[in-house]
Amino acid sequence: MSHNAFITDARIDGEDTGPLAGLTVGIKDNISTAGVRTTCGSATLAEYVPPYSATVVDRLLEAGATVVGKTNMDEFGMGTTTETSAFGPTENPAAEGRVPGGSSGGSAAAVAAGEADVALGSDTGGSVRCPAAFCGVVGIKPTYGLVSRYGLVAYANSLEQIGPLAPTVELAAEALDAIAGPDPRDATTRAPPEGTETDYPAAADADVEGMTVGVPTELVEGADDGVRTVFEDALDELRARGASVEAVSLPSVETAVQAYYVIAMSEASSNLARFDGVRYGTDGEDGEDGTEGNWNDSFAAAREAGFGEEVKRRVLLGTYALSAGYHDKYYKRAQDARAWVKRDFEEAFESVDLLASPTMPVPPFELGESLEDPLRMYLADANTVPVNLANLPAISVPAGETDEGPVGVQFVAPAFGEATLVRAGSALE
Amino acid sequence: MTVDDEEVRHVASLARIDLDDEEVGRFAEQFDDILAYFEALEDVPDVEDDTELANVMRPDEVREGLTQAEALRNAPETEDGYFKGPNVS
Repeated sequence: MSHNAFITDARIDGEDTGPLAGLTVGIKDNISTAGVRTTCGSATLAEYVPPYSATVVDRLLEAGATVVGKTNMDEFGMGTTTETSAFGPTENPAAEGRVPGGSSGGSAAAVAAGEADVALGSDTGGSVRCPAAFCGVVGIKPTYGLVSRYGLVAYANSLEQIGPLAPTVELAAEALDAIAGPDPRDATTRAPPEGTETDYPAAADADVEGMTVGVPTELVEGADDGVRTVFEDALDELRARGASVEAVSLPSVETAVQAYYVIAMSEASSNLARFDGVRYGTDGEDGEDGTEGNWNDSFAAAREAGFGEEVKRRVLLGTYALSAGYHDKYYKRAQDARAWVKRDFEEAFESVDLLASPTMPVPPFELGESLEDPLRMYLADANTVPVNLANLPAISVPAGETDEGPVGVQFVAPAFGEATLVRAGSALE
Repeated sequence: MTVDDEEVRHVASLARIDLDDEEVGRFAEQFDDILAYFEALEDVPDVEDDTELANVMRPDEVREGLTQAEALRNAPETEDGYFKGPNVS
């Protein structure tokens, strides 16, 4: 049955040989594919066909993968359920009647349903890890700067990274291997420091003997009982394999969701200014609605017609947070909160090798459940957003199920510690 | 703090997004909740951000870009090889 995982079916053949030869990939629809429409889940880009491909797409094709389609997503990546897509919601193949998570819900659903071997998502505040957790697949959010964002339609540049989703840790690691590395077209990319372990697939050896895993109490206390039970079982599994587990504290995460939303919305209000209906996107000018002759009225009409409600909400709140009189109160304080989160993680990594928590504090929502209350949806991101604020890498791996659907465990490592994440993640398979 | 309809309309005009009356009312209510939630940021301690940032430079060399046809392909309206915007009265 169809879960509406794809917005567009399209086949792009890759090289005949390579580490990913014979594998099919789904590409989140905010990642540009030359000649194949790229909608960002938005009505405004329903007809938009990019003239060039994202670096990650070229790299997957060079590695031998075959693109099979563009996957559904929350509009411009703004959502935790994939229900804000202008192309209808995606259903969770692993939990009937429930959302696949978001915003890369189509990518996770395509992998969970076997409609693609691997998929790419983008993670601004959890948008790879949340759907991976809800659909029972693996998702990796790389260190900021490991993977090129060239060709990714920007939502919040300072936070987002493209990352792979796959049924196994090793396959996700192989896809990461193919897309990682500096790109002259994205000046925020950089090479890992000298001596860093970068053979990610080889790290899927489940060898956690002697590893020290920190558990931030703040990220476990708020989780549902069923989620906590699955998480505790996962910690037991790590202990059984020779890892030691200790509690740590990250006081700064108490204001991480606020900081995340202020920063993401502010960056979005600037980034989405480009959708004015002149170079691309829906056109606001028809001369019949009184907009003829006024640029601002014409743009405002184009944007009303092209944007869904969640996008309007975030652009407006971002505009508000950056407007005269409020900048210091919201944006500047959010940057302080971001620096605080970074420092907290740095201090935690002085005593532990990696951190573990439930990826999502809750099981997958029922379809339609969270749409009426945006704040409730934002709060579900509590465990994933601190990682983006601190520019760190993280993985979500399936750890079990509750009656309401799959549960994911999140590991977080120091910058460029992807190999450690793959190692720990493979220990739970 | 309370956000009224007038304030939502003002921000919407800054952001160049038209809203219908129903949206204005709904957003005013939701923004109240969300901005009240953001108030917690006032208690964040001062933290020195010691991130080391380095400029990434490259030589400014001529290279191929999009052709005019490629650049115009997605535009709703074009004229004589240009994007066509709304009329200015």
